Amino acid sequence: MDIETIAKKLNLKVKSASDRLKNNVTGGYTGDLLSDVMANSHEGDIWITRQVHQNIVAIATLKEHAGIILVNSCEPARDTLEKAVKENVPIMVSNLPAFELTGKIFNLLAEKK
Amino acid sequence: MKLREVQEILKADVIVGKEKLDMEVKTAFGADLMSDVLAFAKAGSLLLTGLTNTQVIRIANVLDIAAIILVRGKKPSAETIGLAKELRIPILTTKYILFETAGRLYAKGIVGCLEQVENKSVHN
Amino acid sequence: MVAWNKLKTKVCTTENILYKNSFDIEGGNFSNAGAVSTRIKWILKQIGLPDDVVRKSAIVCYESEINIVSYARKGKINLTVTPKTVEIEVIDEGQGIPNIELAMQQGYSTANQQIREMGFGAGMGLHNIKSYSDTFNISSEVNKGTFLKMIINSP
Repeated sequence: MDIETIAKKLNLKVKSASDRLKNNVTGGYTGDLLSDVMANSHEGDIWITRQVHQNIVAIATLKEHAGIILVNSCEPARDTLEKAVKENVPIMVSNLPAFELTGKIFNLLAEKK
Repeated sequence: MKLREVQEILKADVIVGKEKLDMEVKTAFGADLMSDVLAFAKAGSLLLTGLTNTQVIRIANVLDIAAIILVRGKKPSAETIGLAKELRIPILTTKYILFETAGRLYAKGIVGCLEQVENKSVHN
Repeated sequence: MVAWNKLKTKVCTTENILYKNSFDIEGGNFSNAGAVSTRIKWILKQIGLPDDVVRKSAIVCYESEINIVSYARKGKINLTVTPKTVEIEVIDEGQGIPNIELAMQQGYSTANQQIREMGFGAGMGLHNIKSYSDTFNISSEVNKGTFLKMIINSP
């Protein structure tokens, strides 16, 4: 399933890299502790977090995530957005809390299989 | 659903609170940042987290969290277990990551405990 | 009941104060952090305040306690309960806050790595304290300390 499909179904606001919405999402990772995300997430994951500082772009790039979704209507910091645009990392925002958003995405991906 | 069902869905181990498995739960909140839990989580909710320090128990007490589900196979320290027993807060652990834990519970009817955040100063 | 009887020795009959006490907090002591808030919550429950007032007060105390442990050398929480209010004063000795407006912004944090690894340092503490209080006052002096006063109304 690509990011575009997820973004449409869940009403996500796309904040950067709108040309990368065809990125394929193969799994997901929900977490806010950066060391944990670095250690345990995978390539192709959609990363669900409320961290808004620019380090999230570095991590998403290093781990080759499909994209980042910020929850609780958290907006990315200005330098985060700049970095995301530069590195071509899709960042989206959801007004849902992590549990609910994760639940929906997990089940969307599970249906697809 | 009862906490017992949560245990079954997540194939979880009950570390503290075997006597509370008949407790009813309807909502859940997932976070690794405690400020968010303090700002948004509602009383009577499950807390899904990878944090295992004693502060998770303190926060669960302050917020009247129903039970803590530790994800990613995390095991609480003896100190955390001791405090959880003292404050009577159940701890379950599951091998599933937070993404899958939330996914499985959501599929079975547990809902998020926060209303949609349009304005970030909203909380109940 | 024994616990409540012990508690009642703290009750003042002058004015309309139901309970008044002061709790010391040691800076840097993370293993004990939260103990004061747990105690205060229990006290407020014993007094019989409404659940939401107890909850809000406990959250305010907890965030304040964590701030003291994280950033100050030491501090105290002064709790005064009247039939209509829970008054929480937080006084600490420590580095103080150079720019209060900045510190109040959501997401602004001076937390170190140790604090972040514990799940704190998201920069929401002061914002949370303010949003759970009906009245909020803050003042600070660099290299001296910080003073907070919150009132939560009990309808």
